[in-house]
Amino acid sequence: MINLTINGLKISVEEGTTILEASTFLGFPIPTLCNMEGLSPYGACRLCVVEIEEGTNAKLVTSCTYLAEEGLKVKTASSRVIKARKMILELMLASCPQSKIIQDLASTHEVRQQRFKQEYEDCILCGLCVRMCEEQMMAKAIGFRGRGENRTVGSPFDSKSEVCRLCGGCMYVCPACQLRCTYNEPEKAICGGCANLSPPCIEKEKFDDMMCYMEPCVSCEIEKFNNGG
Amino acid sequence: MLQLNSIEDFNELRRRLLTDQNGKIPTIVISAGTCGQASGANDLIRITKRELLNNNLTGRVKYRITGCHGFCEMEPSILVQPRGTFYPKVNMEKMIRIVEAVNQGKVLEDLLFVDPDTGKRIEKQNDLPFYRNQVRTILASNENIDPIRIYDYIQNDGYSALAAVLEWNEPEWVIDEVKVSGLRGRGGAGFPTGVKWGLLAEQKNGSGKYLVCNADEGDPGAYMDRSVLEGNPHSIIEGMIIGSFATGATEGVIYIRAEYPLAIKHLIIALRRARELGLLGENILGSGFSFDISLVKGAGAFVCGEETALIRSVEGKMGEPRQRPPFPVQKGIEDKPTAINNVETWANIPIIFRNGAEKYSKIGPEGNSGTKIFSIVGKVKNTGLVEVPMGTKINEIVNNIGGGSVSKTPIKAVQTGGPSGGCIPANMFDLSIDYDSLSKVGSIMGSGGMIVMDENTCMVDVAKYFMNFLKDESCGKCFTCRKGTQRMYEILDDISSGKGTLEQLDLLEELAYVVKDTTMCGLGQTAPNPVLSTLGYFKDEYEAHIKEKRCPAGVCKELITFSINENCTGCLVCLRSCPENAITGSKQELHIINQDKCIKCAACKSVCKFDAVDVI
Repeated sequence: MINLTINGLKISVEEGTTILEASTFLGFPIPTLCNMEGLSPYGACRLCVVEIEEGTNAKLVTSCTYLAEEGLKVKTASSRVIKARKMILELMLASCPQSKIIQDLASTHEVRQQRFKQEYEDCILCGLCVRMCEEQMMAKAIGFRGRGENRTVGSPFDSKSEVCRLCGGCMYVCPACQLRCTYNEPEKAICGGCANLSPPCIEKEKFDDMMCYMEPCVSCEIEKFNNGG
Repeated sequence: MLQLNSIEDFNELRRRLLTDQNGKIPTIVISAGTCGQASGANDLIRITKRELLNNNLTGRVKYRITGCHGFCEMEPSILVQPRGTFYPKVNMEKMIRIVEAVNQGKVLEDLLFVDPDTGKRIEKQNDLPFYRNQVRTILASNENIDPIRIYDYIQNDGYSALAAVLEWNEPEWVIDEVKVSGLRGRGGAGFPTGVKWGLLAEQKNGSGKYLVCNADEGDPGAYMDRSVLEGNPHSIIEGMIIGSFATGATEGVIYIRAEYPLAIKHLIIALRRARELGLLGENILGSGFSFDISLVKGAGAFVCGEETALIRSVEGKMGEPRQRPPFPVQKGIEDKPTAINNVETWANIPIIFRNGAEKYSKIGPEGNSGTKIFSIVGKVKNTGLVEVPMGTKINEIVNNIGGGSVSKTPIKAVQTGGPSGGCIPANMFDLSIDYDSLSKVGSIMGSGGMIVMDENTCMVDVAKYFMNFLKDESCGKCFTCRKGTQRMYEILDDISSGKGTLEQLDLLEELAYVVKDTTMCGLGQTAPNPVLSTLGYFKDEYEAHIKEKRCPAGVCKELITFSINENCTGCLVCLRSCPENAITGSKQELHIINQDKCIKCAACKSVCKFDAVDVI
């Protein structure tokens, strides 16, 4: 067992436990977008940063990828952590304003302004879909391509992947598009909870075909029906 | 074919080569690294061969094709040994004369280097101001060694360190010696090499350990590693063999960027020759110890110079870093313990064992021993590779060795450490260059790139340039690095085009600190350095861009206008050089620039001999 201190509370955890797991166990909430039980930790969204060590050695690490160490001192909500988290959320809002999850997180973290130029990207490249496809569905149909600002998620050469079984797992885990296939008119969305998200699958020119694996897609079917088809 | 089956065999070969060597025959040394070849060294090689054959000089004059000697500004250059005569900027006509003069034992006075300060001609290479103040322990071998001839290397004490280490036969002693020498990793972070080796040696792993040479040198304006790879590949191989003997590593990998074709060629030849002689592979020199090195070519991603990204790239996966710990020394290539060192670090290893670790540790200040190669580029007279002891003052490198500003405008700052480094202003040039003092002023040692900037360089533009590089080269895994560099670029672009606000400046600084704090690897953590260091030392320039909508250095196109003043003699030169035909005027009349057509390319300013073009 490994002993560490989180926000002043001592805890013993098994070897191989991440700081995120230990903190959640103690009841300290740490926001995260790219971590999910059953998928390997990746550390892409950086929301789960916590402060470790003290004094000049103090640094921020992502709690989802950092394993508990003997004698480690962790602060999950120091002013440095909160400042970083708010900036990350502001950056996310600036790029992906339509995700309800990001909006909710920004709201709970009291992010009240967005000072960057507004973009509409949706995907934050958290990699949940890639890991879902590879680790749970054993398909490896999608992956990351490119680097830097050209990094995207997709199938090889943008062609429909032969190993894809149209399971929809990628869409199920996506934090940016989880409500996308409810209905083709947002104001009449079935769940009624989110009016700020339009189903991207019907805006083909804005979103790649390949991101939609639902077959048949409820939204498309309804649209066909409305058009008398 | 000769096979060395024991250390005695090697010593015998070495003795024979040393007595064979007839150092008295004059030798024409042609500097033909990539830089030399680009400026015409291949022609010189051809001419030299032809002249030697045509005039039946083959026994009397020798020639040697080597890697870069370091003085890039004067390429293609010729060195005549053993006399040490240095001829700069040689062309084909001059080469014919040089071959003849060497045969007659003469020196061609009119082709010698002219000291720009005194106007006197200097004959000997070691008397040149550029070379005089250097301590060239690594680079000096380049001129004595033809990189594709292993015997050249052995003649210059090559592989003698390996033979000594094998004879002594105590791996712990090797690691202790490296620790005593105080050698720190030359890749940038400055981790003590001996400690790293000690950690690797401690790892118990039955299935093998890896040693890696990181030759993925990607910083803009840096080419120290390339010159060592091209000019002296055996020194790296010897260093790695010694390293594997000390740490028990079984496999070696040289990760080299594919953009260095000549270095790859020389390495392939060097590895093959070392294997043929029995210095590499199974049962090295009959000692029962085996080690082999393979070559892995990078695919052109800057981030693959980062340790964990490099490991993934070697494994054939996408080059993106991962969380440390576990460190590569615990879990590296294929989860086996792996130690990664930079090219220059490996090249230092044979030198430590040849000259003694004690002696090596005395070079440079406490905690920063040894020499370091810097590539000095930008607005200085003598661009090239400079090797100096650690702790040398910036002033010494820029003004004495570099020769000061190339133009009339004074030097403003120097940028060290590549895109992840920072800018150090001229008033801090008495700072000594070592790992610790550089990081104190917000820059890093990096691999040793040094870009000198004068008053005509806009610091906002510099920060924008590096941020543009980083936003393309970030792997994109960490959200803050990917989006952070893009947003920083966006703000810098706004400022440089006159659209910036003071609020944006605060946001830029706030964002820079968050990116530094929250990213995973060295690339992201150091990415804000160009912004933070220029903001720290040159905030007035940022404010001039924002408040006065003015670029003090006259670089940012949206903020400057070109106009012609009374100095104009009406010579028509600028008029002809203008690509947009924006300048009107006739002979001996004041010219006028049509601002609607002007694209601010500064062609008129660069051709005007009368200082008649103003940039406001």
